[in-house]
Amino acid sequence: MNYIFIFLVLISIICAVITGRVDKLVDEMLQASQRAVTVAIGLIGIMAFWLGIVNIAKGSGLCEIFSNIIRKPLLKIFPDLRDNNDAISNIAMNISANALGLSNAATPFGIKAMEDMQKTNENKSVATNSMCTFLAINTAGFQLVPATVLAILVANGTENPTQIILPTLIVTSIAFISALFYVKLLERIFNKND
Amino acid sequence: MIKSLNMLSAYILPLIISVILLHSLYKKSCAYEDFIEGAKDGFTIAVRIIPYLVAIMVAVSMFRASGAIEILQNLFSPILNYFKIPTETLIICITRSLSGSATLGVLSDIINETGANSYATKLAAVITGSSETTFYVASVYFGSVGIKKFRHSLPAGILADITGLIAAIFICRLFF
Repeated sequence: MNYIFIFLVLISIICAVITGRVDKLVDEMLQASQRAVTVAIGLIGIMAFWLGIVNIAKGSGLCEIFSNIIRKPLLKIFPDLRDNNDAISNIAMNISANALGLSNAATPFGIKAMEDMQKTNENKSVATNSMCTFLAINTAGFQLVPATVLAILVANGTENPTQIILPTLIVTSIAFISALFYVKLLERIFNKND
Repeated sequence: MIKSLNMLSAYILPLIISVILLHSLYKKSCAYEDFIEGAKDGFTIAVRIIPYLVAIMVAVSMFRASGAIEILQNLFSPILNYFKIPTETLIICITRSLSGSATLGVLSDIINETGANSYATKLAAVITGSSETTFYVASVYFGSVGIKKFRHSLPAGILADITGLIAAIFICRLFF
């Protein structure tokens, strides 16, 4: 992340000098920091709502039932979470919500899953293998139906907008499987103190 | 088709919530107390991710404002032409992993410029629909628990994004 951050900012400054857009760059820099706070504040309500709902499911034992069903296949991907039932059920809920296109609901589940994994993490500022695997899966953004994109196409009058569903599903599946493959491969190459 | 899909996504949230509440009723657990207890975390989590969001959103916005994307577009256009990939879609390939709102903006631009039924529009739609904003997801998820060393997760995510892009180009060639 260090290099990506430094690289993005430095390249931007160099390019802005070349294209003569330095004032626009500075402007955008200040506005973006403001926007980041607005985005985070905007998350509070929806986050609180879903975390509340999730906690009801946890209190009634529904999470446990769900995690028992999904436990076996998920433990193959997350072997470190053998004794972390909460994390498993939240990961399962996150993946299901994402697949259904409910990203608002998926984020709180994902954050809960991260918190559950953090509980057993020895070094609190360094990601564990399971956290990395979970993140990589999430960045692939597996989703059964791309609802937002479909809505945009419909609004713009594309003929047969549903024709993108199948290709999108194939591509997102490829991305999902490759994310899993890469994260497991890199896990062996990187070590915990890099 | 679209209608039934919209119906499905409209009903699925109330369904999930009903199942959770009915199960709580059946088990006689304290639904209201549990809700309040869980909801308390909403504020702390949102505040905790602010520094992570500021870092990534500032970097990405600077990158977009600097004209770097246009420079890259000019640099790569001969290669793109060779593979018959519409140059407009290069921007979306880059913004896809960086910013969700920017990507939707670019998608609308492509639709306006090339038409709602063009190959570029379909390719851009598939790219947009098949991936997530890698950097945003990493900032929010790791930010919420205070992880600073992301280790191999980002390289894996980026490699998967690139694989997805290549797959999108090939699959769209087959379909459209």
